[in-house]
Amino acid sequence: MAAYAIETRMLTKRYGDAVVVDRLNLEVAAGEIFGLLGPNGAGKTTTILMLLGLAEPTGGSATVLGREPFRDPLAVKRRVGYLPDAVGFYDGMSGRQNLRFTARLNRLPTDQAEPAIERVLAEVGLTDASDRPVGEFSRGMRQRLGIADALLKDPTVLILDEPTTAIDPEGVQEILALIRTLADRGVAVLLSSHLLHQVQTVCDRVAIFVRGRVAAMGTPQALANEASGPEMVEIGVSGDADLETVLAGSSDVMSVTPGKHRGTWLVSVPPGRTPELVSSLVGAGIGLTGVRRTAEDLDDVYRRYFDREASHDARV
Amino acid sequence: MTPESDTTIRGGGWRVVARKELADHLLSARFAVLIGVLGVAAAAAVYAASSGIRDVAPQAIGIPGLFLKLFTVAADPVPFPFVTFVGFLAPLLGIMFGFDAISGERSQGTLPRLLSHPIHRDEVILGKFVAGLAVISVMLTALTIFVSGIGIFRLGVSPTAAEVIRLTSWLVLTIVYVGFWLALAMVASVLVRRASTSALSLVSVWLVLTLFGGLIFQAIGSIIGGNDQLAVARAQLTVARLSPVTLFQEVSTVLLDPTQRAVGLITFDQVDRAVVSALSVSQSMLVVWPQVVAMIAMTGVLFAWAFIAFMRQEVRA
Repeated sequence: MAAYAIETRMLTKRYGDAVVVDRLNLEVAAGEIFGLLGPNGAGKTTTILMLLGLAEPTGGSATVLGREPFRDPLAVKRRVGYLPDAVGFYDGMSGRQNLRFTARLNRLPTDQAEPAIERVLAEVGLTDASDRPVGEFSRGMRQRLGIADALLKDPTVLILDEPTTAIDPEGVQEILALIRTLADRGVAVLLSSHLLHQVQTVCDRVAIFVRGRVAAMGTPQALANEASGPEMVEIGVSGDADLETVLAGSSDVMSVTPGKHRGTWLVSVPPGRTPELVSSLVGAGIGLTGVRRTAEDLDDVYRRYFDREASHDARV
Repeated sequence: MTPESDTTIRGGGWRVVARKELADHLLSARFAVLIGVLGVAAAAAVYAASSGIRDVAPQAIGIPGLFLKLFTVAADPVPFPFVTFVGFLAPLLGIMFGFDAISGERSQGTLPRLLSHPIHRDEVILGKFVAGLAVISVMLTALTIFVSGIGIFRLGVSPTAAEVIRLTSWLVLTIVYVGFWLALAMVASVLVRRASTSALSLVSVWLVLTLFGGLIFQAIGSIIGGNDQLAVARAQLTVARLSPVTLFQEVSTVLLDPTQRAVGLITFDQVDRAVVSALSVSQSMLVVWPQVVAMIAMTGVLFAWAFIAFMRQEVRA
C-alpha cells in the first residue's frame, strides 16, 4: 500500500510551449485536508485532471492510492470522488434522478443505491429539494449536489475544485464542516481554491500555486506568518488629535498617514505589534473611536510570492 | 482498503449511458415532433399511392411485388412515394439525435463529472450512438408497420413472404443509412463546441447532398470524363456513388422492386433479348451487395472518427 493517498513527483504538463504545471511535488495523506491555492489559471484544475487520469502528464508521475491515474483510470476513479469546477447536471432530471444515474455509473446495486442517495442528500442538506428538477436549482444548490455526487461512491480520496464558490457564507461553513468530518473519517481531501481566507481555516496544509509552480507549502499558520508584511491599522480618534505628531517618536511605528475620513489615520506597524500601538495611544490619553486592521488582500499574498518567483528567475 | 478485482467494473458502462440517453430521447420534444411529422407525411404518401393502385386495379392483378408498389409509386396529390420521402427525411433523424451528443454534455458542464466516475470515455460515445440508433430503429419500424397497415386496409392485398423479407431488409438498411447520418452528427458534436453551429452545418451537408448532390456529381463527372460520352457517364456514376444518398437510392430501388435487375449504366447490348422477369430476394440482394457494404463501411469510418476525436480531446471546455 502506498504511503500517501496522493503523491506526485516532478509532475509536469505542457501545452506546446506553455508549461501549465511545472515539476509539481506534493503528497496528501489519508485524513488530511490539503489546499491547493492559487489564482485562476495557475494550473490547479490541470493538476486535478491529471490526478483523475483525464489528462496525460507530459512528464513526472502521479500516484493515487498506489495507482497511476492515466494507466489505470477506472481503479482510481472508482475510489476518488471529484467535484468539478462549475459542476453541471442534467437539468431536466431531478437531483435524485441525477444521483441515481451516478449510482448506476458506479455499479451500486439498487438496494444499496437508494439508502446511499438518501444519506448523501442529507449530508449536503438537499433532502427537501431533491425531487425538483436541477434546472430550478441555484448555483449553491448545484454545488451541494455536486458534493453529494462525489460522496455517493463512498470515496477514499476526495478532490474538490473550488468547492465554496457561489455558496453563501453560512453554507460555506457547513460545507467546510462536512469536509472536516470526512477527513476525520480518514478520507484524503485535496481542495483547490482561490479564496485563501475561506479555506485556510479547514486545511491542514496548503500549497500556494502560481504559474504552475508551488511558491510555498506548509500549514496555513506558517504561511500566513511568512507572508504577512507590516500590519496596516486604521485608527479613528475623537477630537482633533494629530497622530502624526503623537506617534512621531515611537520606534514601533513605521508610517502614519491621514485616512480617507476626518479623524481617521492609517498606521503601519511590524507584524503582531497592533496591541502595543493601541495601548500606547490609550496611554497618551487619546480617545479612540475605532481600531480596524485592514486585512491584507489575498492578491497581495499571491503577488508577493509571484514577485519572489520572478526575482528568483532573474537571479538564476 | 481491500484490493478489488478490476473485472467487476469492466464492460457494460455504455449500457448505463445508453439507458439514460434512451429515456431522454423518448421523453424529448424532438422525438414527439419527429414521429408526428413523419407519421402524417408517410400516411399521406401511402394513402395517395394506394388510391392510384386501386384506380388501375383490374390491370394490376399478377404484377410482381404489387404490395411493394405502395411504397414506391407516387400519385397525386402527394408528389413523392414513401421510399423517396424516407430517403430524403431519414437523415434528419440521425442529425436530430446526434448533433449535440457530446457538445451538449460540454455546455451543461456534465462532461467532467460524468468522466470522473468509473467509466471509459469510449463507453460514453458508444452508449450515445447505440441509444440514438435504437430510437431511430423504433421510429422507422413503427412507421413502416403503420403504413403497411394502411396499405393492407386500402388495397385488400396482404404482402407475400418474399415481400415481407424485402421490406424488412429495406428497413434494416434504412437504419444503417440513418446510422451514417447519426455517426456524422456525432463527429460534428465532438468537433464543434456550439450545438447550433453543429446542427446548422449538418443540415447544410444534408441539403447539399440530397438536393444538389445530383448536379454536383454530374459536373464533376463530366470534368473527369472528358469527351467520351460513356466515360463521362461512368465517371458521373462513380462520383455519385461516393455519396451515401446515391447508395441508399440504389438499394431502395432494387430491394423494393423485383423487376429491377441492375443498378447504374446498362447498354443496349446488355438488355438485348433479355427476358423480363422478377428477381428472387437473394438475387436482388446480390445486385446491391456492394452498396450495402459501402454504406456500412462509411458508417463505421465516421463512427471511428468521432470516437478517436473524442478520445483525444481535452475534458475541459
